[in-house]
Amino acid sequence: MATTTRSPLKPRKSPVLTAVMALYLLYTLVPLAWLLISATKTQSDLLSTSGLAFGGSFALLDNIAQTFTHDNGIFLRWLGNTLLYVVVGAGGATALATAAGYGLAKYRFRGRRAVFAVLLGAIAIPGTALAVPTFLMFSNLGLTNTPWAIIIPSLVSPFGLYLVWTYATEAVPDELLEAARIDGAGELRIFFTVTLRLLLPGVVTVALFAVVSTWNNYFLPLIMLSEPDWYPLTVGLNQWSAQASGVGAQPIYHLVITGSVITIVPLVVAFLLLQRFWQSGLTAGSVKQ
Amino acid sequence: MTSSSTPVRASPRPARRRRVDRRGWLFVAPFLVVFALVFLAPIAYAMWLSLFREQVLFGGTQFVGLDNYAAVLGDGRFWESFLRVLLFLVVQVPVMLGLALVAALAIDSARLHAAGFFRIVIFLPYAVPGVVAALMWGFIYGDHFGLAADLNEWLGRRVVEPLSGDWVLASIGNIVTWEFVGYNMLILYSALKVVPGDLYEAAAIDGAGALRTVVSIKLPAIRGALVIATIFSIIGSFQLFNEPNVLRSLAPNAISTFYTPNMYAYNLSFGGQQYDYSATVAIVMGVITAIIAYVVQLRGSRKGV
Repeated sequence: MATTTRSPLKPRKSPVLTAVMALYLLYTLVPLAWLLISATKTQSDLLSTSGLAFGGSFALLDNIAQTFTHDNGIFLRWLGNTLLYVVVGAGGATALATAAGYGLAKYRFRGRRAVFAVLLGAIAIPGTALAVPTFLMFSNLGLTNTPWAIIIPSLVSPFGLYLVWTYATEAVPDELLEAARIDGAGELRIFFTVTLRLLLPGVVTVALFAVVSTWNNYFLPLIMLSEPDWYPLTVGLNQWSAQASGVGAQPIYHLVITGSVITIVPLVVAFLLLQRFWQSGLTAGSVKQ
Repeated sequence: MTSSSTPVRASPRPARRRRVDRRGWLFVAPFLVVFALVFLAPIAYAMWLSLFREQVLFGGTQFVGLDNYAAVLGDGRFWESFLRVLLFLVVQVPVMLGLALVAALAIDSARLHAAGFFRIVIFLPYAVPGVVAALMWGFIYGDHFGLAADLNEWLGRRVVEPLSGDWVLASIGNIVTWEFVGYNMLILYSALKVVPGDLYEAAAIDGAGALRTVVSIKLPAIRGALVIATIFSIIGSFQLFNEPNVLRSLAPNAISTFYTPNMYAYNLSFGGQQYDYSATVAIVMGVITAIIAYVVQLRGSRKGV
């Protein structure tokens, strides 16, 4: 992108540097290649053939079909749960963080510094350390074992708020807001018609990170849910894996592996499709660091 | 971290501004309400719980003051798990951030072929759920059909045993490194992107080489980003749970139920019903984490000014 035009020297490309980085790329890609190749193998091929070579038969489609039909199609249910948690949880988190980040960046109200201090403290306190008390609290409220137990905690993203805040400081000119006010627009109307458009790359970035953390969430649902019917993919997959290694269990490693691939693919696709947006969102956001 | 540096423009009409200003709460309040429910309330509740203890014989709970805290501080299992994540932190975080820094500098240097490709591919593991990464690496480490087994077969001996007691912590470190180098690289790279081009121009005119530019311009420019990445990594290390918990089903002898403080707190609650004691462990870890994160932030922002 802009890297080559920015330097006045236009340094020559270095094959040595590229080769070193390619080594690192191998480290990144080999496990994923292993996963993809393994997803094409039958259970017996998995055990008998080398990890990075294809097996005797190409069983990918068969594995996918089995993953979705095993145990009365529970995997599809988990996929649906994950989507529900992501749409409502990450969507809500993005909306809340966007509004709050904008509010903190563009309004000088009293108590603004106190809000900042509390948020900073919250980022430093480990979220997982709060999981057990949150479970007990939700248990008293009768929320455990319901989707709300996953959705409500997902609604808050201090990091997302921080990103929008720094992004809004850069991307939303005060003059524009003033002009809209002079034209008689209310604050909410300004937010929805003027601000949101300017904030879009920042919002996409926040949404993407919120989606990833909700899609990948494991600890919270593990604690909150005891009914497999409400599991997201992560907890479900690990349950399949754990039951495969128990006493007298029937291993379904090929389904765990294929299910893992199916779990990864949507996020990877989202990242690749939206990369222009989220990379510019991050870059503008880091101006203030 | 930085709002203090936000330029506050002096307003010519303070009276009008104050009227507008209060409306800021309109945007911030919804976030704060949910935030109070899922951050502040559990903290308060955990503190409350930590003052009680379940009576084994009579089934009631009794107020015990700070007894639970004294018990945690004298608990060998807690300290064993704490020292383990501390060792993990001291080794894994520098390795991960070092790799991330090298990658970010390489991609930013304009000397790399296909820099955009490298950037996106190195970032990709971040999109892989920790559970899936742990399952995947667990299989790769394993005897059944992993690459470790392939390697041992090829060597003719059992040399590589990533899931054995001696190696499993390093194996977990490898998984975490694999997952998060790209994420940290992106934080550092984003900071590098906004270094003003004039600085490089000036350095070049002064005859600075590539290394000198890195040391004198790039590293100071991204110090804030490095501090943030370090703090997130420290928090991540102290919270370690997913990877060891998932690997436990593959290596139950090497990974105990109190392998990390978080696993200890989890198993106290859900294996032992010791909710009060579990809450105390969570608070103690939270306080230690917050203190260390705070110290790092202070030191990080003071250094080299």
